[in-house]
Amino acid sequence: MGSRASTLLREEEIEEIKKETGFSHSQITRLYSRFTSLDKGENGTLSREDFQRIPELAINPLGDRIINAFFPEGEDQVNFRGFMRTLAHFRPIEDNEKNKDAAASEPLNSRTNKLLFAFRLYDLDRDDKISRDELLQVLRMMVGVNISDDQLGSIADRTIQEADQNGDNSISFNEFIKVLEKVDVEQKMSIRFLH
Amino acid sequence: MGLFLDFNPFDNLLCILVGISFTVWFTLLLVFIIVPAIFGVSFGVRRLYMNTLLKIFEWATRRIERGAKDKNHLLYKPYSNAIIAKEPTSLEEEIKQIRRSGSNRDLDAASEFEMSDIFYFCRRGVESIMDDEVTKRFSAEELESWNLLTRSNYNFQHISLRLTVLWGLGLLIRYCFLLPLRVTLAFTGVSLLVVLTSIIGFLPNGRMKNFLSEQVHLMCYRICVRALTAIITYHDSENKPKNGGICVANHTSPIDVIILASDGCYAMVGQIHGGLMGVVQRSMVKACPHIWFDRSEVKDRHLVAKRLSDHVEDKTKLPILIFPEGTCINNTSVMMFKKGSFEIGSTVYPVAIKYDPRFGDAFWNSSQFGMVSYLLRMMSSWAIVCSVWYLPPMSRQEGEDAVQFANRVKAAIARQGGLVDLLWDGGLKRGKVKDTFKEEQQKLYSKMLVGTQEDRSRS
Repeated sequence: MGSRASTLLREEEIEEIKKETGFSHSQITRLYSRFTSLDKGENGTLSREDFQRIPELAINPLGDRIINAFFPEGEDQVNFRGFMRTLAHFRPIEDNEKNKDAAASEPLNSRTNKLLFAFRLYDLDRDDKISRDELLQVLRMMVGVNISDDQLGSIADRTIQEADQNGDNSISFNEFIKVLEKVDVEQKMSIRFLH
Repeated sequence: MGLFLDFNPFDNLLCILVGISFTVWFTLLLVFIIVPAIFGVSFGVRRLYMNTLLKIFEWATRRIERGAKDKNHLLYKPYSNAIIAKEPTSLEEEIKQIRRSGSNRDLDAASEFEMSDIFYFCRRGVESIMDDEVTKRFSAEELESWNLLTRSNYNFQHISLRLTVLWGLGLLIRYCFLLPLRVTLAFTGVSLLVVLTSIIGFLPNGRMKNFLSEQVHLMCYRICVRALTAIITYHDSENKPKNGGICVANHTSPIDVIILASDGCYAMVGQIHGGLMGVVQRSMVKACPHIWFDRSEVKDRHLVAKRLSDHVEDKTKLPILIFPEGTCINNTSVMMFKKGSFEIGSTVYPVAIKYDPRFGDAFWNSSQFGMVSYLLRMMSSWAIVCSVWYLPPMSRQEGEDAVQFANRVKAAIARQGGLVDLLWDGGLKRGKVKDTFKEEQQKLYSKMLVGTQEDRSRS
C-alpha cells in the first residue's frame, strides 16, 4: 500500500524549511514528493544508491561528486532537511533578496554560497584548498580516457598558475572567487521552478 | 432432543434462501453478462456507469478543493508536467556561454579549460536530481482529481462528512458487490477457456478448428473484459492486424493482452510459466498455434527470431502480438523498443493503448505488487477505461536498419496515444545505465578542450 499518503509533511516542518531555504510551500511539497519517490527503502532518508538510480545523473561525468555534496562528512544517509538544504543552493536569486541588510545571515543561494558549492566539487579532501592532484582527478572525471596524462597535466598547471596568487601551488576559496568574478554565477548555477 | 428439533426448520430455511439467491445470482450473470459476451453485444450498461462515476468524481474533487480553502490549507497538486524549467542547450553551447560571460580575453583565442566549466555538469546533475525523465515512468501517474480511492489520493484528510460517507459507500460497493462479481466472472472466463480449448484440441486441423478456436478465444476474452469492467473504445478498426503480420503495442500491464485479444485474434508470444498460467498457456496452444518458449530458449535470440519468422511466413497463422518495450511502463511515455521483432521483415501493425487514469490506474508496478494482488487491485477499482488506436501498417524502408525502423514505429505510437517518446531503455527499471552514455559526454567535453589546441597548432 502506498506509504506516500501516510507520510505527509507536517505544516511546522514546511515552515521551518521555508525559513531556512527560501523555497515556497508548493515547491517544498513537490520536492518532498520527489524525495519520497527516490527513497526506495522508504525509511525517510536517501543513500548514495538511491541517487545513482537516476539514469541522467549516472551518465553525468561528475555525478559521483555531485552526489557526494549531499552527504555531510562521514555520513551515508541524507534526510529531507539535508536534501533541501543542498538543493537550496540552486534557487535563483530574487531581486528583493539582493538588497537584504548585511545583518541577516547569508541565504543559502547567495553568489558566494553557489561558488562554495562548485569549489567543494573540486576540493576532494575537504581541506579548503584545491591542490594540483585534486584538479587533475576532477579533470580526469570530466574527460574520461580521451586526453593523455601529459596534456591534462599541463592544463592543470596552467590553471593553477593563473589562479594562484599566494604561491602555495593550490587554489584557495578566495582565489577561486577572484578567478570567477566576472562569470554570471547567478544564472548558470540556478534552476528555475515552473510554479 | 427437543433442542435439536428446534434448529432444523431454521436450517432448512437458510439453505433454501441461500439456494435461491445463488440461482438468481447466476441467472442474472448468465443473461446480462455471459450471453452478450458470447455474441459480442453490449447493453451499454458500462458506459452509463462510467458517465455517472465521472460526475461523482468531479463533485468529490470540488468538495475537497472547497474544504481545503475553508481550512486555509494549500492543496497538494501533483505535477503532471515538469517541476523545473530545463533549457535544451547542448554541452558545447552552454560551456561556451559560461566562458564568454567570464572571459575578458579575445574570443578567438579561446582557452582550453576554465574552472567555470564545472557549472554546466553541476547544474545538469542537480536538475536531474530534482526531476528526471526516466524514474517517474516506473511508478503510477498522479491524478489531478480524486476518484474516491484512497490509494490514489495524497490529500485524504477528513474534509466533510458527506465526502467520507461517499467514500465509505464506494468502498462497500467496490469490495462487497463488484469484487465478488468480477472474481466469479474471471473464474468463469478462465475455466471456460481452458476447458473449451482443450476440447477443440481434439479436432483435426482445418478450417473448422480454426473458426471454433477463434470464437472460443474471443468469447473467453470478452468475459474477462467484463470481469474487469473494462470500457474500451477501438479506433480505426480498418487497420486491424492481418495474418502474417506482427502487431506491436506499448505495454502498461498484462491486461493489455486481454484488451487487444477481445477484439481480434492473435498468436501470443511469451515464456511458459508454471502454475495456473502454465495450465492456461498449455491448453491455449492446443487450439491454435501460440508461440511459447521455455526459460532456456528465451536467452537464445536466434532461436526466438527463427520461430517468429517461421510463424509469420505461414499465412494461415494468426498475427503475432508483441510488446517491444519488454517491461511495463506507466502509460505516460513510450520507452525504447527492442529491435528483435523489427528485424524479421514482415509488416508491422502498430497499436497505441492509452488508459484513462481517472477510473483506476492500470499500471503494473511489478516491484510493488505481485500478479495476484495486482489483479485484485484492478478488480476492486471502479473500472478500466481505455482507448485503442489501430495505426496503419508500416514496413521497413530501403536503407533503414532495424533500430531506425523501431524508432519510427515508436514515434508513431507515441504521437497517436499522446505519450512522451523517450529513447531510454525500459530495462532501466531494474538495471543500471550503460557506461557508453557517460563516455559520450566525456568525449564531447574533451573535444572542447583538445579541439582548441588543434586550432592553436594550426595558426
